[in-house]
Amino acid sequence: MSTPDGVQESRAAWRLGIITPRRKRIFFGLLVVLGLVLPYLVYPVFLMNVLCMALFASAFNLLLGYTGLLSFGHAAFLGTAGYVTGWLLRSVGLPVELGVLAGTAVATVLGWAIGALAIRRSGIYFAMITLGFAQMIYFLAVQLPFTGGEDGLQGIPQGKALGFVPLHNPYALYYFVFAIFALGFAVIYRTIHSPFGHVLRSIRENEARALSLGYDVERYKLVAFVISAGLAGLAGSTKALVLQFVTLTDVHWHKSGEVVLMTLLGGMGTVMGPSVGALLVVAMENYLTGFGDWVTVIVGTVFVAGVLAFRRGIVGEALHLARNFPF
Amino acid sequence: MQALFGQLLVGLINGSFYALLSLGLSIIFGLVNVVNFAHGAMYMTGAFFAWIGLSSLGIGYWPSLLLSPLAVGLLGVAVERTMLRRLYQLDNLYGLLFTFGLTLIVEGLFHHQYGNSGNSFPVPEALQGGSNLGFMYLPRYRAWVVLVSVAVCFASWFVIERTKLGAYLRAGTENPKLLQAFGVNVPLMMTLTFGFGVALAGFAGVMAAPIYQVTPSMGSGLIIVVFAVVVIGGMGSILGSIVTGIGLGLVEGLTKYLYPQAASTVVFAIMAVVLLIRPAGLFGREK
Amino acid sequence: MKRVASSLMMAALLSLPAAGRAADKISDGVVKIGVLTDMTGFYSDLSGPGSVLAVKMAVHDFGGKVLGKPIEVISADHQNKADIASTIARKWFDEDKVDVIMDLPNSGTAFAVMPVAAEKKKLTILSTAATTSITGDKCTAYNIHYTYNNWMLANGTGREVVKSGGNTWFFITADYVFGKSLEEDTANVVKAAGGKVLGYARHPQNSSDFSSYLLQAQASGAKVIGMANAGGDTINTIKQAKEFGITPKQTLAGLLVFISDIHSLGLETAKGMYLTTSFYWDYDDQTRAWSKKFQNHPDNAKKAMPTMTQAGLYSATMHYLQAIKAVGTDQAEPVIARMKAVPVNDFFARHGVIGPDGLHRHDAFLVQVKSPAESKYPWDYYKIIKKIPAAEAFPSVAAQGCPLAVKK
Repeated sequence: MSTPDGVQESRAAWRLGIITPRRKRIFFGLLVVLGLVLPYLVYPVFLMNVLCMALFASAFNLLLGYTGLLSFGHAAFLGTAGYVTGWLLRSVGLPVELGVLAGTAVATVLGWAIGALAIRRSGIYFAMITLGFAQMIYFLAVQLPFTGGEDGLQGIPQGKALGFVPLHNPYALYYFVFAIFALGFAVIYRTIHSPFGHVLRSIRENEARALSLGYDVERYKLVAFVISAGLAGLAGSTKALVLQFVTLTDVHWHKSGEVVLMTLLGGMGTVMGPSVGALLVVAMENYLTGFGDWVTVIVGTVFVAGVLAFRRGIVGEALHLARNFPF
Repeated sequence: MQALFGQLLVGLINGSFYALLSLGLSIIFGLVNVVNFAHGAMYMTGAFFAWIGLSSLGIGYWPSLLLSPLAVGLLGVAVERTMLRRLYQLDNLYGLLFTFGLTLIVEGLFHHQYGNSGNSFPVPEALQGGSNLGFMYLPRYRAWVVLVSVAVCFASWFVIERTKLGAYLRAGTENPKLLQAFGVNVPLMMTLTFGFGVALAGFAGVMAAPIYQVTPSMGSGLIIVVFAVVVIGGMGSILGSIVTGIGLGLVEGLTKYLYPQAASTVVFAIMAVVLLIRPAGLFGREK
Repeated sequence: MKRVASSLMMAALLSLPAAGRAADKISDGVVKIGVLTDMTGFYSDLSGPGSVLAVKMAVHDFGGKVLGKPIEVISADHQNKADIASTIARKWFDEDKVDVIMDLPNSGTAFAVMPVAAEKKKLTILSTAATTSITGDKCTAYNIHYTYNNWMLANGTGREVVKSGGNTWFFITADYVFGKSLEEDTANVVKAAGGKVLGYARHPQNSSDFSSYLLQAQASGAKVIGMANAGGDTINTIKQAKEFGITPKQTLAGLLVFISDIHSLGLETAKGMYLTTSFYWDYDDQTRAWSKKFQNHPDNAKKAMPTMTQAGLYSATMHYLQAIKAVGTDQAEPVIARMKAVPVNDFFARHGVIGPDGLHRHDAFLVQVKSPAESKYPWDYYKIIKKIPAAEAFPSVAAQGCPLAVKK
């Protein structure tokens, strides 16, 4: 991948001093404050949806943006974790935290199993293998009785966080989800900026070179895949808790396509890009419904325009602009 | 036993559609290096052009068999010339994403104009009726589909693998610069190849119109399966996609006999297994 | 940093302050009806924009105002996705002050929205969702199931077809909850009426090729092939049954077929098929008058006749608004109590009564699709074989077993 995209832009932004540690701290500080205040300004359920999808897209970006692997089956992890969490909370009656953790754990194990097989190939073949496995997960979701098939797994209780915070209160639930998002986001951030993340990027730039430098490329790819799958699972478990149901939509290949759109739109290979993309896509889905069947056309046009003209994505383009007009 | 033969024959019929579609996809990937996600949308467009031709202009099935793929091919040429060609320098993932967006646009537009419950296209008179084979009743139209698909597939294969024009095309994929230096207009060749590939999809669409309802979503259900077929056959392998298309149709027919619920998934299971054992696909060469 | 400030401002602009006063008779000074439907997908022709139109026509005919306050209709596309449906429903209730959500094609979205509405103490009036358990074990106190359900479809078609000699059945079933429950309901009816079920074939939803399932049906030798599927699946089954010479040797029984499906198939393909419907436009002067108004409405772009769910929505909206007028408030509890207390008798519903479980029981019709020769004018599609009285057409309260209604 030798295309101008987010990774180059954010690296340039660091090099040119547009991003400095100080600015970064202020930025994230403001972001946290914004995150805490926002539910009083914007509809909380919408925000929680955005946070879940932002985490999903950020996890996906770890793979696409930083490792150069396009998975076309990431919905499998989102959906599987959602189903597991939903079933554990509703039918087994586990506490909320354990349910979410268990969903994440199952997605992680699934990620390890699929990843170990898929990373043996790359490029378009990798995308196809992940799609193949995701279709099998979809088949299981349709066939297994506990998922509720087409009707979905409904009526997931929200319970109480830490045993006393009632999560059916939208504000309490929002802060719970925000905390999970912040945690997941921090894991991704740490991964990207660790020595491990640097190796991933070198694999993305030039796999042969990384191999010749003595890195066990396959293992690095696998670990990245597992982390990405696990965090996608965390997003899925949280989403199940927010919406109180899981349906086949969450394991359908459309969802896998949607996360590509979010990442591409926001800017792949940038830290904030996937979240911005998720915000836009979820907002389009929720606020453009009045346009009826034009929504598909609009989303398609955005996709095409993004690929043709804004391959850096929104955040990538913004960084690119900042490079030319340093402030 | 009767049922088994019946299912296998039905599998063969479906397989010839897979072959026709995966052939176009394979040609485009092999020669233009684009994973054309919009192939299903082009198939749908072909069917719609035939239906629009019949219902508004009075153009029958037989002229449509030629005109509709031509129109779809021209559409493909326009897309390639104005947009797709800017992506050739990039990783082929961008081609995939571009055509994915294109699919959404095309399906959305047809949906807006014609709704979703589908339109009927009558079977042409000469092909109505059918014959009883003993183990099943074979509609004449279905037999026609199998014959024509196989004929078109092998004609395409012959042109690409055994003629001079085909040799240029193949050379163009291996080393476009060198071919250009020999005085061949490579960009034009790629445009025409893309146009021909999608025209094949449009042709499959016209063939499908009398069997299935003509609806905006008729392609999106098929495209994922056809992708799998192409991957199993070996991306870019012409013969591979033809043989695999027909073969998988048969496997699907067999699955429908043994365990019907799994019929839509068996293809993906096979794909995953094949890619792990023979990464380049059954007929592909590792590049 | 500018970005943060501007997005804060955006956020502030986006969220309009909500001032609700509980003391008002009409909450927020407006009665807001939200039509949540499938505007673009598989059910968009049989519900979709036509559903919205039907509700708007009812509001218009009611005078646009109730108790001196305006009535507003908003609509959205749930794209057949339960998560989108529930998100929109929450937003509508919380932010847009919607009082009732109507239609909800596809049981998955209905099951996602019903608990939300119950939690917020707002009404749902379902028209297109079909699963019987909506007013059975999954019933809520705030829901009305207005137009039809699986039980009605199964019972009407199943029993009558067995009576008229079709006593051996084979099912082609969509492999998900709706299809299976429709198959099960019908199989029970067939057996109870003295018929036999010879087998079934289950196909994934939205299949395009049904030839292999039809071959199994043919091999079974059953007299009747019951189609426990919907939308495009049913259409393709019918079309291919004709192609493979299965009809007219074996008869098809459509378990969920709408007039829009027949229109799309054409009579030549669909002729002879039995189906149950709760509304047919050409039944009497009343239905004809309303349906022609619907068909010729400037907003009805395709000039299509109304389906039963669309007609049902008009009737439901009228009934709802009349209840508000009668009780003097738009609060859900008194309104729903009133809707259940007063019988419905209009162009759509005959002998209609909404039970304590929320199921609207009214007369239904068993019809047969005409052949092209029998059809005299556009949309002349059905022969009415039998009018099924409300008590037979729908399950009793006891049989439904809604916990709210049974325990008392």
